Amino acid sequence: MRITSSLPLTKLRAQLDAILPPAAGEDGVRVGFGCADVDARLDGGLPQAMLHEVMAASADDWPSAAAWTLLLAARCGDARAPILWLTDARRRGGGIAALYPPGLAELGVDPARLLIITAPDGAAQLRAAADIARCRAAPALVIEIATPLRQLDLTASRRLLLAAEASGATLWLLQRDPHPRPSAAYSRWQVGCAPSAPLAANAPGPPTFAIKLTRHRGGIAPFSLTLEWNRDRFAFARPAPLPIIAPFPIIVAAPASAQKPESPPLPGARAAVAGGRGMGPQLAWLRRAA
Amino acid sequence: MPRFARNDGKSPPLALITRAKNALRIAAPCPRATALGLVRGMALADARALVPDLVVADANPDRDAAALAQLAELCLAYTPGVSVDADAGLILLDIAGATHFWARPGDGDEEDAGSEAEARLAHDAVTRLDAAGFTARAGVAATPEAAGACAIFGGDEGDIGLLPIAALRLGPDVERALARAGLGTVGALAARPRAALAARFGALLTDRLDRLLGAIDSRITPQRRLPPIVATARFAEPLTHADTLRAVLRDLAGELAAQMEKRGIGGRRFAARFERSDGAVRSLAIETGAPTRDPALLDRLIAERLDALADPLDPGFGFDAVLLAATRHEAMGIDQLTLEGGVSGQDSRAAALAELIDRLGARLGPAAVQRCHANDSHIPEQAALALPASTPRPRELALWDVPEAGEPPLRPFHLFDPPQPVEVIAEIPDGPPRQFRWRRTLHHVTRYEGPERIVAPWWQGPHDAPDPPTRDYYRVEDAHGRRFWLLRHGLYGREAGQPRWYVHGLFA
Repeated sequence: MRITSSLPLTKLRAQLDAILPPAAGEDGVRVGFGCADVDARLDGGLPQAMLHEVMAASADDWPSAAAWTLLLAARCGDARAPILWLTDARRRGGGIAALYPPGLAELGVDPARLLIITAPDGAAQLRAAADIARCRAAPALVIEIATPLRQLDLTASRRLLLAAEASGATLWLLQRDPHPRPSAAYSRWQVGCAPSAPLAANAPGPPTFAIKLTRHRGGIAPFSLTLEWNRDRFAFARPAPLPIIAPFPIIVAAPASAQKPESPPLPGARAAVAGGRGMGPQLAWLRRAA
Repeated sequence: MPRFARNDGKSPPLALITRAKNALRIAAPCPRATALGLVRGMALADARALVPDLVVADANPDRDAAALAQLAELCLAYTPGVSVDADAGLILLDIAGATHFWARPGDGDEEDAGSEAEARLAHDAVTRLDAAGFTARAGVAATPEAAGACAIFGGDEGDIGLLPIAALRLGPDVERALARAGLGTVGALAARPRAALAARFGALLTDRLDRLLGAIDSRITPQRRLPPIVATARFAEPLTHADTLRAVLRDLAGELAAQMEKRGIGGRRFAARFERSDGAVRSLAIETGAPTRDPALLDRLIAERLDALADPLDPGFGFDAVLLAATRHEAMGIDQLTLEGGVSGQDSRAAALAELIDRLGARLGPAAVQRCHANDSHIPEQAALALPASTPRPRELALWDVPEAGEPPLRPFHLFDPPQPVEVIAEIPDGPPRQFRWRRTLHHVTRYEGPERIVAPWWQGPHDAPDPPTRDYYRVEDAHGRRFWLLRHGLYGREAGQPRWYVHGLFA
């Protein structure tokens, strides 16, 4: 039952609406994962024009966290919208790998969309981030923080958030340091890698992420799940359950009449049939050539 | 001019040669070679028969033209009306009204005084060019054509009738035809009726003749350099206040924009110069990705640059003068607005992005903002190029490989440069890795695909050098689900006894 006639309450609501910033997502757009299950859990996706924080589950999960962030940033705005990637020149010293544009193309993101901005130090990086966040030019900005940044405190992140709300840009704060620090981000994610669904000849499959929502200002309860990236649909998907890898190849020789036509193939069938060792590379090459 | 190579008389005869119609021909013999009978256009074989010790060098018309243009700059000292005729090797000066500087009190009446002054000017020009290392000849006449003919063939303005037909510069065919008709000099030609000449040789001949004789008044088109685009503010009292300085810069930017709009150009590079009252001068430069003449944008970029200075602009006792100049500019049309006013949405986003790139470039340096371009190379670390976003894309380098549907990513998300060495245990030396130790962590390989063999570019480098090692790449996944791009450098047994292993990239 809804109260519609209560004058003081509607008045109060109107007053509150005037004071409070518009609740995220209600009038803005959301960036979805393209996976019905996750989008339903998140009420349609993450709100754009917000600050989201992504942390690597451990330092070794850095590529997964970075790729996951890039893919979500690529899903903000249209397919040709620029993605700004703001990084710090000190990253180079730490033996940390750099983005590899052909690898982006392999994920389905046109590398021409990427604009890499390198700031000399953390302070300059934050300042540039604030500048970009205020600008309406880019729908998505990823702030890559490979080494912990002292200046990035609650105030700094709040400033970024306000700038993002004003301009409509979606900001992604990508941190390599797995220890959370106080921040004003709308949501906080912990992203790591997960074993992929194997392809023929036990080849590594599509990118698979183990994601964990640890904080959500919209009140969505934390959850964790495994997602896989489907480049052809340009969307995330729940992976099929992992096949049972038998120690020896099992070839199910059943008469065709005995097999029900509507029964789905066993998930592990492909791997099992091609399980002979030594055939792996050749089969992989065949697969690639096909 | 470059018609004759110079020679000091001691060195052997010298000639510049050029390739014309598949034959090497003399382009410019030196005076000594000329004395030995070499002429322009002679085949090199004939010249060698005449002068066996002839030294030859390739003629370079482009550099000749550049040198001529440089000399023309020198001649700006005499008159602003200077033009260059590179084909004939001529610098033409319009000295009408520019000779009074060379007049002397002792000169005779007005007519004589004029020609005396002209002769002095010509002599001075020749002396100057001689000092610069060039042998020059001067001719003074009423029209540029006549003066050019006088300079090339020698003689005075009064002797134009005696000049050979070649002075008309009509080409060898016409010259030969006229010579057959018994017309050897300009004077003989001028005596013939014009109508018949025009009917036989075309109107060009009579036109040239009239110009040479001064019957038609012709002018030169001076190569005048456009004045630089600069706006200056000078102050009676030194300026110390930063806000006032900003206001001055804003005014200068507006002035600069108006100048550029008049010429239909936009600036790509701007320089500001601050002259302090104690003589210290500070300059700074800003660059933009696209030509611009928007004063508001210019003002913002300058403010950005001033803010980003490592050592701030110290006014000291104040600035005497502030200059703002567009040091590099490009053609820029007039902004066309849409019917509703303003620019379209897509354009406004692109414009906002370009402005953002300029602003970040002004603060962090132009190389700090980069865009990725595909490079046509199969060597992984050379497959991508990062170029400053402010530079326009030079040309379409290559296209990114389009992955096949259903394939997993075959190239890593992160790439190490240089690759990181790892210790790998494989079942057989040229087989796939079973486990590897990287950064003191042991990784057990659960899935792999490969090898993808990448052959080093053997066609590069010297012929006799050994080929660089072949690379075998494996996509592997460890028990935690981490995906690596492992690289075996060298073929076991053939190229390397014990090939080294590296992690070259990390997959998502």
